[in-house]
Amino acid sequence: MIYREAGQFNTSYAGDQRVFPILQDRWCVAAAILFAYAIPLLANEYWLQAVLIPFLIFALAAIGLNLLTGYCGQVSLGTGGFMAVGGYMTYKITTNIPDINIIVVFLIAGLCAALVGLVFGLPSLRIKGFYLAVATLAAQFFIGWLLNKVGWFYNYNASGTITAPPREMFGIVVTGPHASAEVRYLVALSLVIVFALVAKNLVRGKVGRGWMAIRDKDIAAEIIGIRPLQTKLLAFTISSFYCGVAGAMTVFLWLGSAETEAFDIFLSFNILFMVIIGGLGSILGSFLGAAFITLVPVFLTNAPPLIGLSMPIDVQKHIEVMLFGSLIIFFLIVEPQGLARLWQITKEKLRLWPFPY
Amino acid sequence: MLYNFLIAPFLDMAGSPVFFAEVVISGLLTGIMYSLVALGFVLIFKASGVFNFAQGVMVLFAALTLVGLMERGVPVWLALILTAAAMTALAFAIERIMLRHLVNQEGIILFMATIGLSYVLQGLGETLWGSNVKRLDVGIPNASFEIGGILLNEFDLFAAASGAVLVTVLAVFFHYTRIGRALRAVADDHQAALSVGIPLKNIWIIVWSVAGVVGLVAGIMWGAKSGVQFSLSLIALKALPVLILGGFTSVPGAIVGGLIIGVGEKVAEIYWGPLVGGAIETWFAYMLALAFLVFRPQGLFGERIIERV
Repeated sequence: MIYREAGQFNTSYAGDQRVFPILQDRWCVAAAILFAYAIPLLANEYWLQAVLIPFLIFALAAIGLNLLTGYCGQVSLGTGGFMAVGGYMTYKITTNIPDINIIVVFLIAGLCAALVGLVFGLPSLRIKGFYLAVATLAAQFFIGWLLNKVGWFYNYNASGTITAPPREMFGIVVTGPHASAEVRYLVALSLVIVFALVAKNLVRGKVGRGWMAIRDKDIAAEIIGIRPLQTKLLAFTISSFYCGVAGAMTVFLWLGSAETEAFDIFLSFNILFMVIIGGLGSILGSFLGAAFITLVPVFLTNAPPLIGLSMPIDVQKHIEVMLFGSLIIFFLIVEPQGLARLWQITKEKLRLWPFPY
Repeated sequence: MLYNFLIAPFLDMAGSPVFFAEVVISGLLTGIMYSLVALGFVLIFKASGVFNFAQGVMVLFAALTLVGLMERGVPVWLALILTAAAMTALAFAIERIMLRHLVNQEGIILFMATIGLSYVLQGLGETLWGSNVKRLDVGIPNASFEIGGILLNEFDLFAAASGAVLVTVLAVFFHYTRIGRALRAVADDHQAALSVGIPLKNIWIIVWSVAGVVGLVAGIMWGAKSGVQFSLSLIALKALPVLILGGFTSVPGAIVGGLIIGVGEKVAEIYWGPLVGGAIETWFAYMLALAFLVFRPQGLFGERIIERV
C-alpha cells in the first residue's frame, strides 16, 4: 500500500533514468542521509570512533572490492595492500607538501593505489578464478614488505609508524590528534556518500555493463565486442582507487597512526566477507555487509556482560571468534546471495502488501 | 648494482658449494613440510571442488588436540589414534552441518564458508585447549650429523621420510582401492559419479577425514619444529603458492611445487635477500608462483583449462 510505484509517471528521459526511480526510495535515501549527518548530535565519542567511522571506511573499501569482485568477477585478496598504498602515500604527500588540501591528497593517494592496482591486475588476463585470488596475495605481501623496508615511505622515522599530522579545512582541524571524532565522522561520511553515488552510476552505465558481461562469461563478452584487457584493468584500477582512499581514511580519519600490520591479510579477508555477506554485485550490499561485520564483534563483546554472564577475557575472545565464524557460515547457508538479496525480497513483499501475492 | 644482483650471488654459490648444498637441502626439507599442508588442500579440492582455506586451521586443531591429550597423560600412540578419530568426527560434522547445505553454490561462497569454518575451529581449539604456546614432543629424534661435510638434521630427514610415506600411501589408496576409484570418479564429474551410484556424501566425509589426518601429520611435523600456537595456521598461506604452482588438482604437483617453493625461497633469501633488506621470504613464494602462472595458468601439473562459450 505504502511502497509501490503506481501513479508515479515520468515525463522526461532524465526522470526515467534516475538512480532511485521510485519516490519512496528517494525519500528513504534522503532521510537516511539526513539522519547520518545528524548522528554526531546523538552518538558519543565511543560510538563514533569504534563503530561508525570504521563502518564508513570499510563500506568504502567494500564498495571498491565489490566493483572488482561482485561486478567484474575477479576475486582479489590484495585489498589490504591497496589500502596500505593509499594510507602511506597520503602520509608521504601531506608531510612533504603540507599546503595541499587533505581531501585532494586523499584523491592523489587513491590514484597512486590505482596505479599499483593496474600493475597487479595485469596477470588477470591470463589467470582466472582461485588462481587469480592467490596471485593477488602477491600484491598483499609484497606491498606490505615494501612499505616496511623502504624508509622513504615513512620519512625514515625510527619507529616505522606513520602518524596523521594535523591538517585543517576551512579553519577546522580534520586530522591529527586534536581533530574531534565528530568532524572526522562528517568528513568520512561526505566522502563515502560521494563515492557511493559515483560507484552506483558507474555500474549502471556502459562501464558496469561491460564488467558484468566479463563476469558472466568472459569469452562470450569478448565475442560481442567488449575488450577484456581494458575492462578488467579498468575494474582493477577503479577498485584500487576506492581501496586507496579507504586506506587513507583509515590512517587519517580513524586510527591516527598506523603500521603496515594494520593492513594485513586479515583485513583483506574481512572486506571480502563484507562483500559476500552483503551481496556480490550490489552497492547497498557493501554497506549492509560492512555494518554486519563491524557490528557483530561489538555486539559479541558487549552482549555477555549485559545478560550477566562473566567469563575470563581470553575464553570470551575465543568464543567470540567462534560465534563470528558460525554466523558467517549460517548466513552463507541461509542466503548465499547476501543481505542485499534479503532486502530485495522485503521490497517485493512490501509492494504487494497487504496482499500475499 | 646490476653486478650485485645478476652475477655476485652466483659467484657466491660457486665459491662455497657445500654451503650452497646445505641451503638447497634445507630448502627441500622445508618444501616437504609445505607439501604436507598443500596435500590436504589438493585432496579436498579434487574431490569436492571446495577451496578449503580451513586446512591451515585443521593442522593447528589437530596439533592442539594431540598436545592437549598428551598433556593430560594419554600415551602417544593412543593420543594419535584419538586425534585421528577427532578429525574424522570433525569431517562428519562439517559435511552434515555445512557442506550439505551448500551443494551447488558457487566456488567463492564455499571458499568463504571455509574461512568462516577456520574461525570456528580456531576458537574451538583454543577454548578447549588454551591459547598459550605448547611444546610438542612425540619422540622424533633431533640430532645433527654430517655427510660429506653437509650438515643434516635427523628431524628434517624424518619429516621428509614421513612425507614420502604419506604420499605413497595416498597414491596407492587412490589408484588401487574401491574408495580411491570412487574418489577419482567424483573428482572427474560429480553428476556422472552420482548416476553410477557413488554416494557423494560419504565420499566427502572420507575426503575431509583423509585431509584431517594429513593435517595431523603436518601438525606433528610443524608443531614439533616450531611449537603449537596460533601462527601454525598461517602456514596455510604458505601452502597457497605451492598449490597454484603445482596446480590445484594434482597430488604430485603439490609435492613438486612445495620443493620448488622451499628451495627458491631459501636460496633467494640467502643470496638475494641481503641486497634488498632481507625478509623477502614473506612474498617471494607468491611472486615466484605468479611468474609461473603467467606462462602456465593452470599450474605445472594442473588439468588443462578448456573454456567454451
